[in-house]
Amino acid sequence: MAAIIDPVETFRAEARELFEQLETTLLDIEANPSDKDLIDTAFRALHTIKGSGAMFGFDAASAFTHHVENAFDLVRKGKLSATKELVEVALTAKDHMRTLIEQPEAAPFGRSEAILAQLAGIIGITPDMAVPGKNAKLQPEPAAERATYRIHFKLAQNAMAMGANPLLLLKELRELGDCTIITDTDGIPALEEMDPSGCYLAWNALLSTDQPASAIDDVFMFVIDDMELTVEAIEPESKRLGEILVERHAVSADALDKALVQQPRLGAMLVKEGLVSTDKVAAALAEQKHLKVEVEKANKVEAADIRVQASRLDELMDQVGELVIAQARLRQLANAGSDIHLKALVEEIERLSSELRDTTMGIRMVPIGSLFSRFRRLVRDLSKELGKEIQLTTSGEETELDKTVIERLYDPLVHLIRNSLDHGIESPEKREAHGKARQGTIHLSATHSGAQVLISIKDDGNGIDPERVHAKAEENGLIQPGAELSESELFQLILQPGFSTAAKVTSVSGRGVGMDVVKRAIDQLRGTIDIASTLGEGSDMTLRLPLTLAIIDGLLIRVGDGRYVIPLSAVEECVELTAEDDLRTTGRDFLNIRDETVPFLRLKALFNIATPAEPYQKVVIVSTGENRVGLVVDQIIGDYQTVIKSLSKIHSSVQTFSGATILGDGTVALIIDVPRLIDFGQACEPQKKAS
Amino acid sequence: MGTVHSLARPVEILTLALCGEAFALEAVIVREILDLIPITIVPNAPRYATGLINVRGKVVPVVDLRVRFGMTQEPTTIDTRIVVIENIQDGEATMIGLLADRVYEVTEIDMQAIEATPKVGMRWPPEFIRGISRRNGGFLIILDIDRVFASEPAREDRLHAS
Repeated sequence: MAAIIDPVETFRAEARELFEQLETTLLDIEANPSDKDLIDTAFRALHTIKGSGAMFGFDAASAFTHHVENAFDLVRKGKLSATKELVEVALTAKDHMRTLIEQPEAAPFGRSEAILAQLAGIIGITPDMAVPGKNAKLQPEPAAERATYRIHFKLAQNAMAMGANPLLLLKELRELGDCTIITDTDGIPALEEMDPSGCYLAWNALLSTDQPASAIDDVFMFVIDDMELTVEAIEPESKRLGEILVERHAVSADALDKALVQQPRLGAMLVKEGLVSTDKVAAALAEQKHLKVEVEKANKVEAADIRVQASRLDELMDQVGELVIAQARLRQLANAGSDIHLKALVEEIERLSSELRDTTMGIRMVPIGSLFSRFRRLVRDLSKELGKEIQLTTSGEETELDKTVIERLYDPLVHLIRNSLDHGIESPEKREAHGKARQGTIHLSATHSGAQVLISIKDDGNGIDPERVHAKAEENGLIQPGAELSESELFQLILQPGFSTAAKVTSVSGRGVGMDVVKRAIDQLRGTIDIASTLGEGSDMTLRLPLTLAIIDGLLIRVGDGRYVIPLSAVEECVELTAEDDLRTTGRDFLNIRDETVPFLRLKALFNIATPAEPYQKVVIVSTGENRVGLVVDQIIGDYQTVIKSLSKIHSSVQTFSGATILGDGTVALIIDVPRLIDFGQACEPQKKAS
Repeated sequence: MGTVHSLARPVEILTLALCGEAFALEAVIVREILDLIPITIVPNAPRYATGLINVRGKVVPVVDLRVRFGMTQEPTTIDTRIVVIENIQDGEATMIGLLADRVYEVTEIDMQAIEATPKVGMRWPPEFIRGISRRNGGFLIILDIDRVFASEPAREDRLHAS
C-alpha cells in the first residue's frame, strides 16, 4: 500500500472535522446565543481553517474565512450579538468554505461576495475585502507552556485594615488555571493575644496554568509591598509525600529519614512526632494530589490520536480474521495429538489471538455521536422548509459501533428522520389543536444491549394509523382482505417494497424510495427494525444492530453431513427433541416449552438433506424479536467464534444464509440468517401441507 | 473481453472435458487447478452452483457447467478437477471454481481459425460459446465465460423446465 500521504488530503480531512465541529457549535449558538464558550469555539475553528487553509494554498477559502472570523471576533468582544440571522449566514458560509476547500473549481462565481455582502449587512459595516497577505498572522499563536507553580504567601498582619481582601486574591489565583489552595493556620496566635482585625493566615497554592509567571505577580500587584510571596516553578511529577515536605522546608531531610524508619502513614507519624503541623502535612498532601492530576493530564496529551487510513484498519481486521481461523485449525490439530507442550502453547496463542481480535475491534469502534450530530442541521433545515417547529434531542452519543456500521447507518437514519419530520410530527397549529406543545421532538438514542446496539428514533408526532396501513396493504395486495394481524405485524408491512401511507408526496419524503430501502440497508447490516406506535402520541422505530460485521459468535451445529453456524445472539436455549414430539409432528410441529407453545422447523427438510433420521435430535430455540422458533438439528457441536465471509453473487438468490465461514478442518460452513430462515420456513409450510 | 484483441496473436487456452466433450477457456483467467476437495453443499442454491470450497482461506462457489449447459451429471472420478477462475462480477473480481471431468492441457489456439457457432444443431446454449475449433479430429468448444456468468439465472430454470 502506498504510504505517501498527500498533505493537502490530510488538511482536507482535518478541515472536514473542523467544519463538523463548527456546524455543531453554530447550531448550539443558535440555541444559546449568549454562551461565550461556544462563540470562542466557533471563532477558534474559523481561525484554524483560515490559518491552515492559507498554509496549504487555499487562498480563496482563507480570505473568505477571514471575514467570517472577523464577524465572530466582534461577537466575542461583545460588539455584535449572535443573532439567528448571523448564525444562518455563518452556516451558509461554512458550506461555502467547505466547497472552496473540497472542490475549489466547483464554487459558484460570485458566491463569496454574495455571502460576504449578507454578512456585512448584519455586521453593519463594509468588510475590508482585502485578502490577508501571506505575512498576515495565519498561524494560531503558540500557547504558553503549561507550568505548575508552588506559591506561598502571607499578607501583612494589618493588610485587611489597609483594604486588601485575601478572598479576592484567592479568587484571582483560581481564575488563572487549575489551582489547589490550602490555608496554613500555623500563624494564628492564642486567642488572648490575637488582634481580631489582623490577618494571621498564610496560604499555600499549587497552580497549573498556561499563563506566564508574570500573571501571578499581577495578582499580588497591589499588596506586594509588605507581604511574603514565594513563587517557584515545579515539575509536575508524582512525588512522595516526604520529598514534598522536605522541598517545602516543612521538615528537614534528617527528620524525614528518621520518621521513615518507622513506617506506616508518614504524614500522621510526622505530626505525632511534633515535627510538623497538621496543616503543613495537609498542604503537602494536597500538593501531592495536585501534581498527580497534572501528571495524568500530561500523559493524556501524549496519548493523543493518530490518523490511520480506514483501508488499513480493514486489512488488519481481515488478517485478524484469518488468524482466528488458523488458530482454530491449530487447536484442532493439537487436540488430536497428545503433546502437552503443544497444547499449552495453543492455549496461549488462543488467548493472544482473542485479545488481538478484541483490540482490533476496539480500534474500529467509533462513538455514534459523530453520526447523530450530522442530523441536527438536517432537522433544522427541513423543519424550516416544512414550516414545523421541531427539536432534535439525542442521548447515548458515547455508544460505540463498528466504523463500517456507522457509515452504512447514515442513509437509513436520514430516511427515518425525514419520515418522522414529514409524516410523523404535525404542524404547530395542528399540535396545538390536539393539546400538544407547538414544538415537536425527535429523540435519537443509542444503547448497548448485549452484543447488539439499539438505535431508536422516537417522535411525539401523530404516530402510525393501523387502519390506514391495513387498508393500504389490502390495496397493494400485501395481505388478504380482512386478514387479522397484530399491530406489530401490521407495522412490519410498512417495510415492504411499494408501500407508502403518505397521502401526498412532498419534497422531503415520498419520493418513490420507501421504507423497504431502509429495511434492505438494515438487513445488510444484519440488523432488524422494530416499530412501535401509538396513534396520536408518536412512534418509535428501533434498529437492532450487531456491534461488528466482521466476526460473530456462533453456535456450530450439524444437520446430516453439513455443518452450519447459528449466530449466538439469536439463540435462546437448546432442548432435546423427544421421540414423542418427533413422531407426533406429522400434523403440527409444536413444542411445549415451560407451558409455552413454540413452533419448530426441521432443518433437514428445509435444506433437502436426504440422510436418514437420527435418534437424538436437538432443538435450538432461536428468537427474532417477538418470534420464538425451534430449529431441529442432528447435533450441537458447540460455540464457535467465526469470521464472516460473504457469499458471491452466484448465491445471491439463496436468502437463508448470511455468509459462510471456514472451520478448523478447512471446510466451509454456512452461517444461518435466522429471520430469513424462519420466513423461508413459513413460506414452505403451505407447500408441505399441499403435498 | 471482446474478441478483437486476440485476432493477431495465438491465445493460450486450457482444455478440459465435460461429459466427454472437449471445452476450452482462456488460460489467463485460470488461477489454479485443484484435485477434488470436500465441497460444502448450499441448500436451495441454484442447481448449477450447489457448493462452496475453501481456496486458501477464501470461500469460493463451485459451479457445475454440465448443469448450466443442460448436460447429464456424471459421478465424480479420480480425474475430476476443480478449475478456479477469476471473473469480474459487479465490478469485483470474484473467484469461481468450475467442476471438470478431466483437465487436459494448456495449449495455444489461433483465434482466427475458430469457426462461428452454428445456429442449429447445438446441444448447448449458443450464447455461452465463442466458437468451435477442430482439434485432433474432434471439436473443441471455446467458452465465453463472461457470458456464462452474466446471463440471467432464470435461464437455468428454463433449461431445466423440460
